[in-house]
Amino acid sequence: MDQLYPAKQNCKLVSSSEETVRFLLDYSKSLSIVSSRGMEFENNLN
Amino acid sequence: MELQIDDSALVRDYISGDERSLEILINRHNQRITSFIYSKVLDRDVTEDIFQDTFIKVIKTLKRGNYSEEGKFLPWVMRIAHNLIIDHFRKNKRMPKFEGGEDFNIFSVIGDDKPNIEKQLIKDQIDSDLSLLIDELPDDQREVLIMRIYKDMSFKEISECTGVSINTALGRMRYALINLRKIIQKNKIVLTN
Repeated sequence: MDQLYPAKQNCKLVSSSEETVRFLLDYSKSLSIVSSRGMEFENNLN
Repeated sequence: MELQIDDSALVRDYISGDERSLEILINRHNQRITSFIYSKVLDRDVTEDIFQDTFIKVIKTLKRGNYSEEGKFLPWVMRIAHNLIIDHFRKNKRMPKFEGGEDFNIFSVIGDDKPNIEKQLIKDQIDSDLSLLIDELPDDQREVLIMRIYKDMSFKEISECTGVSINTALGRMRYALINLRKIIQKNKIVLTN
């Protein structure tokens, strides 16, 4: 992986914001996927 | 010395319901994935959007239990990001983005073809005045003018419809226009839009 995606020195290193990370973690906590009779249902509990 | 849990163990824990594992995974690979996206799109906001969409796909896939690439978490996430970057460029190709600057307003280039309310009112008024003027014309001239202008008939069709020659129809049209101008000048009517 390191060979495929090297952190090139001339590339700008950036990170996604804390808000984005926080949103993803909250999204993950709120999401539940249940399967029933071959169908999947997504529930987002906010 | 801090013990680094490998990605596959974190993925397994996350699938088992440990939300903290996802936080470690995101924070561990945040810079590499974000930098990769940014190197392609060169826009911070778009980068954040693609990063977010990437992990939404990751979360959904893991929660559905569809993830099977154990031990290859980062290449898998990178591939999702890569596909979303391609989607982004495809979408932008279909819908080119136009950004306005301080000295550029998009509405000075594009506009609505429809006349605004004021122009529509003026046009209606002119149409109404013109129909009154046309009523003043002799019957034969009025008939030809209406067929030509309002019904968009050719002079051949007019001649067949009225039973006169094409030259006569042309003559009547000519006199209709001359007489209309005379009426307009005589009554000092201004027809402008």
